[in-house]
Amino acid sequence: MTTITKAPLDRPASTKLGAPKEKLASRTAAMIIMGVSTLYFLVPIWWLFISSTKSREQFSSTAALWFADFNLFTNIADLIAYNDGVYLKWMLNSILYAGSGALLGTLFAAMCGYALAKYRFPGRELIFNVVLGGVLVPATALALPLFLIFSQFNATNTFWSVFLPSIVSPFGVYLARIFAASSVPDELLEAARLDGASEIRTFFSVSRRLMTPALVTIFLFQFVAIWNNFFLPLIMLRDQTLFPVTLGLYTWNSQVNQIPEIRTFVIIGAFLSIIPLIIAFLSLQRFWRGGLGAGSVK
Amino acid sequence: MTTQSAVVPGVKPRRSPIRHKRAIAFFIVPFAALFAAFYLLPIGWAVYQSLLVVERDGTFGKPVEVFGGLTQYILVFQNEEFWASVGRVLLFGAVQVPVMLGIALVLALLLDSPLVKGKKFFRLAFFVPYAVPGVIAAIMWGYLYSPNLSPFAAFTSEVDLLSPSTVLWSIANVVTWVYVGYNMLIIYSALLALPSEIFEAARLDGANQLQIAWSIKIPLVAPAITLTAIFSIIGTLQLLAEPQVFRSFTSSVSSTFTPNLAVYATSAVPNVSLAAAMSVVLALATFALSFGFLKFTQRKAD
Repeated sequence: MTTITKAPLDRPASTKLGAPKEKLASRTAAMIIMGVSTLYFLVPIWWLFISSTKSREQFSSTAALWFADFNLFTNIADLIAYNDGVYLKWMLNSILYAGSGALLGTLFAAMCGYALAKYRFPGRELIFNVVLGGVLVPATALALPLFLIFSQFNATNTFWSVFLPSIVSPFGVYLARIFAASSVPDELLEAARLDGASEIRTFFSVSRRLMTPALVTIFLFQFVAIWNNFFLPLIMLRDQTLFPVTLGLYTWNSQVNQIPEIRTFVIIGAFLSIIPLIIAFLSLQRFWRGGLGAGSVK
Repeated sequence: MTTQSAVVPGVKPRRSPIRHKRAIAFFIVPFAALFAAFYLLPIGWAVYQSLLVVERDGTFGKPVEVFGGLTQYILVFQNEEFWASVGRVLLFGAVQVPVMLGIALVLALLLDSPLVKGKKFFRLAFFVPYAVPGVIAAIMWGYLYSPNLSPFAAFTSEVDLLSPSTVLWSIANVVTWVYVGYNMLIIYSALLALPSEIFEAARLDGANQLQIAWSIKIPLVAPAITLTAIFSIIGTLQLLAEPQVFRSFTSSVSSTFTPNLAVYATSAVPNVSLAAAMSVVLALATFALSFGFLKFTQRKAD
């Protein structure tokens, strides 16, 4: 289980002694597959970037995969100015929904998973099994009943109607439990108890630190889940100043046929909206890569 | 430590009392309360709502919701559009999930083999699409499929990728593009966790990389593949954002193209009780399918 906290980045080069060399043909074939795959995964994003730098006229009249006049910053300025800056509002909403939702969600999932792993109490297995069942319930199946419940309290079309349901992460509890069981030694907790530290203080000062790779993983994946969430805001929200960026771009894109000039904004908006997630993933990769395999360790 | 259990003579020995009750409550209650409010309650509510029917006194009477037993479920089972949408996503899943996981497995094995250089770059390049939300990916590919705006217009103007017969597979490509890298990384992490001595021995015995991958690596990472398969199955039945976006690119995607779109369209009618019944059926089907798949693979492994 040590691979959870410290997944090797690459397996150390094997001792080449005696091992027969791979054939040139196999190596070439492997690199061709990797090259073609890279094109498949990156060309669409490259196209989105190139298109974001073009003016509306040049978008359809110049070569689609290479630069024309570099209009990226004018486009961004136009996008931000459009419709009283509603795009910026959407981005901020997304950051708020996903950022604070994932932060709170990670905290609660970590505390629950930790308690399930480190304490014995009646109902422990029951809680864990119910939560595990929750992992298998599709989130979209909950969207409509959530709408019905919130409408009982006249609370649809509010920030909370999207924010509160997205805090809950059963998969986070599952991951936290696995990690806590393997990375927080019982002896350490006993030592902390002997030192007179309270259970809660021990969690926040000692165990939390040991669980950091797990927490970053849970945070990132919940952040992505909330950032990508579409059905819940689609069903809950009418007021477009509450929209997350995905729902906002969706509504713009469905108006392109009526308002053709909006197409430029859809494309530049789509490009800008994926940058925060790419940056988050790249900068935190040493954490989540170790955590990713944890769910599959039996 | 306050609840130290001491054996009191004369009292029947019983289970030691729970230690740290308050700390446990502090850790569990926040999640449990939210889970109850936003998972369990909605599930219960959906079941309750699905048992109601709307009745009116005469044509112009005020509509009232009354208990209708399984009426809505009978309507769901008679609803041809709903079952057509279920059939569509099952077909989609039967093709897309194996293709996607196959590609993910091949790429993970290649990354793990000594055949490939520049692993760090490829690992990141393949994972980048996962950072693109389904809605955005669908908008982007919508333009790439477009007959006149696409950079591949020479191809897309000849082959209509948005026609009724092809659009399902065009959507499958979007989903595959987003999730291959994610699934690849899960499998790759499992491969990295394997001790390398196993392969060294096989290598010295003259096995080539293909044989090592097929007879050693794949069986050992089977649990990781099962995990990715279950999440993919859940995802397939929930398909919503991509087809919903494609509705603005083509008329080939109907308002009941996938089960979730059918739920959305039915609730907008508004016929919430029928939509709730559809949600319940869909959730049960998802649960049964992923649970069944889990049991099936476990039995095979024994």
